[in-house]
Amino acid sequence: MTAYNETIVKDICRRFGNERSRMMDVVKEVQTSFGHVPNEAMDAIARALSCPRVEVQSLVSFYAFLTERPKGNIIIRLCDDVIDRMQGFDRIADAFKEELGIGIGETTTDGKITLEATPCIGMCDQAPAALINDVIVTNLTKDAAREIVAGLREHGDPQRLVKRLGDGNNAHELVRAMVVNNVRRKGDVIFGEGKPSDGLKNALAMSPVEVIRAVKTSRLRGRGGAGFPTGIKWEFTRAAKDETRYVICNADEGEPGTFKDRVILTEKADLLFEGMTIAGYAIGAQAGILYLRAEYVYLRPYLEHALAERRKSGLLGNKILGHAGFNYDIRIQMGAGAYICGEETSLISSAEGFRGDPKTRPPFPAQKGYMGHPSAVNNVETLCCVTRILERGAGWYAQMGSNGTSGTKLLSVSGDCKIPGVYEIPFGITLKEFLAMAGAEDAAAVQVGGPSGQMVGPAEFNRIICYDDLATGGAIMVFGPQRDLLWVVSRFMEFFVEESCGYCTPCRVGNVLLRRKIEEVRAGKCDPAAIAYLEDLGQTVKIASRCGLGQTSANPVLTTLKNFRPLYTARMKENEAGMQMTFDISAAVRDAEIIAGRKSANF
Amino acid sequence: MQKPKIATASLAGCFGCHMSLLDIDDRILKLIDLVDFDKSPVDDIKEFTGRCLVGLIEGGCCNEENVRVLQEFRKHCDILISVGDCAIDGGLPALRNGIPLKECLTEAYITGPTVYNPSGKIPSDSEIPLLLDRIYPCHEVVKIDYYLPGCPPPADTLWQALTALLSGKPIDLPYELIKYD
Repeated sequence: MTAYNETIVKDICRRFGNERSRMMDVVKEVQTSFGHVPNEAMDAIARALSCPRVEVQSLVSFYAFLTERPKGNIIIRLCDDVIDRMQGFDRIADAFKEELGIGIGETTTDGKITLEATPCIGMCDQAPAALINDVIVTNLTKDAAREIVAGLREHGDPQRLVKRLGDGNNAHELVRAMVVNNVRRKGDVIFGEGKPSDGLKNALAMSPVEVIRAVKTSRLRGRGGAGFPTGIKWEFTRAAKDETRYVICNADEGEPGTFKDRVILTEKADLLFEGMTIAGYAIGAQAGILYLRAEYVYLRPYLEHALAERRKSGLLGNKILGHAGFNYDIRIQMGAGAYICGEETSLISSAEGFRGDPKTRPPFPAQKGYMGHPSAVNNVETLCCVTRILERGAGWYAQMGSNGTSGTKLLSVSGDCKIPGVYEIPFGITLKEFLAMAGAEDAAAVQVGGPSGQMVGPAEFNRIICYDDLATGGAIMVFGPQRDLLWVVSRFMEFFVEESCGYCTPCRVGNVLLRRKIEEVRAGKCDPAAIAYLEDLGQTVKIASRCGLGQTSANPVLTTLKNFRPLYTARMKENEAGMQMTFDISAAVRDAEIIAGRKSANF
Repeated sequence: MQKPKIATASLAGCFGCHMSLLDIDDRILKLIDLVDFDKSPVDDIKEFTGRCLVGLIEGGCCNEENVRVLQEFRKHCDILISVGDCAIDGGLPALRNGIPLKECLTEAYITGPTVYNPSGKIPSDSEIPLLLDRIYPCHEVVKIDYYLPGCPPPADTLWQALTALLSGKPIDLPYELIKYD
């Protein structure tokens, strides 16, 4: 790390063409150089990119992985999601705190190491996990925590903490991670057999409209969770009047409990890039962007290498596979630690070099997306499906799965199950069948689709995993009978409170109020009226919020109220006198008693 | 038949909501045909004389006295209504909610630029009720049955709400009476 030097900042800006839209990259590089984004650097960036300084500061302050203040050369980010908490987060955190002599959010006195907590880093099947700078450490124990701190003190190189490499490409020389894939079940699509580039060749032999027709025939729907028909999205994007169009792949896999895209990116990068290329051909795009979450930056060198190889083989660049007029390339845009950027319009804002604020829809990205041009934003898994559809035919694809939902789905399962990991299952199986596969027969509750999805109990285990019944972006979190579900709900609400971008009031305020009320219910301080309060407030947040985050953030409360209502009612007391049990008069007058030096005469 | 009773109180408010109640003008004659006033600044009755049908609360709770009065109201009233923004949200007094109490009082009585206070002390007489750490809206202290927003709620809003309650008919509040932008 070097002392501040304006020439370095200017050089960085120049390398990104002094483009305002590349501010994310500029700021990240500046931070890499100086360890933080100093005040003076923000001025220099603003000058070089010809924008107001406040836009730089606004961006830096928005993202969890960017900082205005100096931190340690090494930042340990402990993954703090529900699953990690269940697997011993507190023990591990204590070990780190003890060894480092600091609390969470603090830096050691020598200024070398900072300890932080971060939401899900996509390692729930190997929790507890942490991110040490760019390096992932998994299956942490107290001993491991002590060794890590000792190692960092000794050599200061996080990469050297990785003693044993994971399976598959995790051991690739450009990855070298201890992460394991835990692929438990291979299906015919993502992990199926296929010949590289056949899908793209077949696509290029067809007209773009025919490619879109094939995707429509396959009945492929978006795998991120919302399930919008991919072919229709592409048709809209192609139909939008513009010369320039973009394909954006959403690899901002931030939904706690979801880690399937991480495995795809590790093992099936070419399948994805081929899908992105086919999408580019179909909608008439010249460029594709892979928006990769900051937590997965350890995969970046490998992915860049894969892209370089494709360029060499004529699979990217000008005249792809000799097809005159089809020029297309892909770049990787790194995120900086913001769950909201998984929402497509926020993702676009972020890729354009702004805070990850959602945009008002319509216009939809298909009409007006990245830099104002029509953009097709698709999930990693969706684009992989596209490659297979073009490779093996829409009919082949459409006959897999259930009546309403074709194909297969990657599920990432974690929590109280014997075999956590990634499963490729055909749509149409019941949740019960799936739980049996994962060794979770005694589950008391299952969170389907992550915190923004729904919590279901055994009465719902016969429901079918498909878009018409139990839809999921891929996360399955299993909770055994020993777990306190209201604690889980409270953790989920904490997550949404942290990750709300703060733009609209129902989400910014509503989630805080929901969390507070859940805590009061847990403390046994509520009467039955709290149920109506939670339901009303939850509905308000859902209906009145601007983007997908707020529209789903009340789900942990609403779905547990629906499926686990006795958990709530059991903790409630009748309150005939009408005095609020949450109001604590002695706490409320304590400060005044101290200032006045006398006790309250009234209470 | 005995007339139902109404009680009112102004806690941490400015009496503006009470003024608005008086703004019903000559309808106040109709009102006293319909109800008797119990504890209220309107008739200066200090303590409850019996059970009341309706309690109207203006202002939130800024001190222990407010809490005591509000709890008394809850004990004596069948229906308790938060009237106006201070009762509902804390209102203007809640501007201090982000400032620790000690800081607030020090600024007000010791360090403020216009303060003349040779004793250099924060007043502390046993007659002065202790302040709470922040302003609490009424519903955080006791259960509130209805809310009439506004700063203040217009006289017509109060009139409509009261007459609806007394006659048992559904309340008829046209949009003009509940929009405040």
